Amino acid sequence: MAIDLNVENVSKTFGDFTAVREVSFAVEKGRFFSILGPSGCGKTTLLRMIAGFIEPTVGRIMIRGKDMAGFPPNRRPVNLIFQHLALFPMMNVAQNIAFGLQRRRETRAEIDRKVDDILARVGLPGFGGKRIDQLSGGQKQRVAIARCLVLDPAVLLLDEPLGALDLKLREQMKVELKKLQAEVGTTFIYITHDQSEALVMSDHVAVMNGGRFEQVDTPRNLYARPQTPFVARFVGENNGWKGVVADRQDGLCTLRTDDDQLFSAATHDDLPPGTPVIFFIRPEAIIIAPDAGLENFNRMTAVIQSILFDGANSRMLAMPEAGATELMIALPQNRQYDHLKVGDRVAIGWSARSAVCFKDR
Amino acid sequence: MRSRRSLTFLLFITPVVLWLFLLIVLPHVDLLLMSFHTEDDSGAMVWSLVNYLNFFQEPVYWRTFMRTAIYAILVTMITFAVSLPVAFYITKVVSPRFSGFLSLLLLMPFWVSELVRVYGWMILLRESGVLNHFLMVSGLLQRPVEMLYNDVTMVMGLVYTSMLFMVVPLISVLESLDDSLIEAAYDLGGGIFSIVTRIIIPHAMPGIMSGGIVVFMLTLGNYLTPNLIGGKNSLWFTEQIYNQFIASFNWNQGAAFGFLLLVLSSSIIWLGLKLTRQKLSQVVQ
Repeated sequence: MAIDLNVENVSKTFGDFTAVREVSFAVEKGRFFSILGPSGCGKTTLLRMIAGFIEPTVGRIMIRGKDMAGFPPNRRPVNLIFQHLALFPMMNVAQNIAFGLQRRRETRAEIDRKVDDILARVGLPGFGGKRIDQLSGGQKQRVAIARCLVLDPAVLLLDEPLGALDLKLREQMKVELKKLQAEVGTTFIYITHDQSEALVMSDHVAVMNGGRFEQVDTPRNLYARPQTPFVARFVGENNGWKGVVADRQDGLCTLRTDDDQLFSAATHDDLPPGTPVIFFIRPEAIIIAPDAGLENFNRMTAVIQSILFDGANSRMLAMPEAGATELMIALPQNRQYDHLKVGDRVAIGWSARSAVCFKDR
Repeated sequence: MRSRRSLTFLLFITPVVLWLFLLIVLPHVDLLLMSFHTEDDSGAMVWSLVNYLNFFQEPVYWRTFMRTAIYAILVTMITFAVSLPVAFYITKVVSPRFSGFLSLLLLMPFWVSELVRVYGWMILLRESGVLNHFLMVSGLLQRPVEMLYNDVTMVMGLVYTSMLFMVVPLISVLESLDDSLIEAAYDLGGGIFSIVTRIIIPHAMPGIMSGGIVVFMLTLGNYLTPNLIGGKNSLWFTEQIYNQFIASFNWNQGAAFGFLLLVLSSSIIWLGLKLTRQKLSQVVQ
């Protein structure tokens, strides 16, 4: 596959502050690539370096094999969709979309044809004459995308464009964006702090923290096999413990937690006995009232502290009788657990294979 | 309740109406009537159009009139061209901490009176002035050159005098311009020219017009700067009005000239608003 974007060992420092540290990645043509991280992790700086608004302190950015050093934003084959879209309020929809084409000095007939084409493609045929303030949030979104796509960029950069929308519309736009990207086949680089946006839409996600990439992987792998404690905590919800390795055999280890409980867990690192570790178990991996016959299973009794009803995403908080760390447990809304109340004692447990552990640094 | 509200309204509106009526409307009505009167042979006041006819029949009057109008428009345009980069620099380029300080620097010269500022320019530019002295010392000039009393210096002086009134409204409109619009235009392939003409100027239009109106009216009605810097070579229409009132003691002629100037400024502003498709109510906000 052709590589559309190649970022090689890029760093950016502002005075004493390092915003981006030695980041390298490549994106294949036609992929949806997301950069996920908390605010202030350097993802916007990285995106602005690709767009050309900031020059990297160290490293190279190549677009379709061409080194972009010294190219200003108006001469790069990439376009950026801004967080607040930055549609030009002094122009109507068609003029907004035609702006870039006019800068390329295309003929009027050609511009009109392309504008009509792209408007039909994003599902807004006949909207050319509307003013920007006549559009709804979702329509503005589509005009912003059309304004960039009409220029046929090598890479389309998106800076959290769904952040300003309300929840319902955001869910809808996620699906639409994914569909649109598959349809036009343009390479998308999407930055967000919302893990659900990244997981739903992307082919690959890079999790960024403190200016570094922690892990670049498919959404499924990020969730199932996080490679650092930060990824485990940031992507999806997790219950975390600190402890030490007490014993180890057949890819399983026995862990003694700081609050003095013994668990068995799968390990993917080389962790000899005595190593301090941090380990995680997902809320939905904890089973309420498990069968007695399961092997390699951690069992305990816990007291329900509170029930957090949130539809399909409902949770309960429970305190193990032997421990001091409260657990978050998924509560499927299939009526099976409707009888549970605060203060009840329940049997819970999880398979050793569904816990992940890391060396604690 | 209703009557009390209308009472407070009356209380606030009365001074405004009185001020407008006594100081603006009444004297203007008097001047208007005066401009249509003239002395007959016996010295009595009679109705007449002779003051306006004089204006059209005497070339020096209407030539000065046209000159003043054209130079006032020119000064307004130059002031805009100089002020836009200044306002852009203050609002978008320097850090916000520094921009307040820069605005203050712009304001500083206005703490002294216009007269003092104009004399400042005269000290710099006259034949025995500072600039000539340095040019002579550095050997660039053999003999001093009179830089005052020509149109170029006068236009420069008028631009200097009115710049603040253009920069301030431009700063306030440019502050409301979202930086990401400029970045988006840049990202979509726009160069400096297209960003200025397609994004910045359309956004700043209300500020440009309100600054333009103020600068144009101040320039058109300016007496000091054209008189002192322009001198006898650069006649300004306000000087004609002054001459009629004070030198010729022909108040009727002066009143007619005053009204012609009022008609001129109103119609040019109306034309400007029409051409840029702005509404006066929008511009004065």
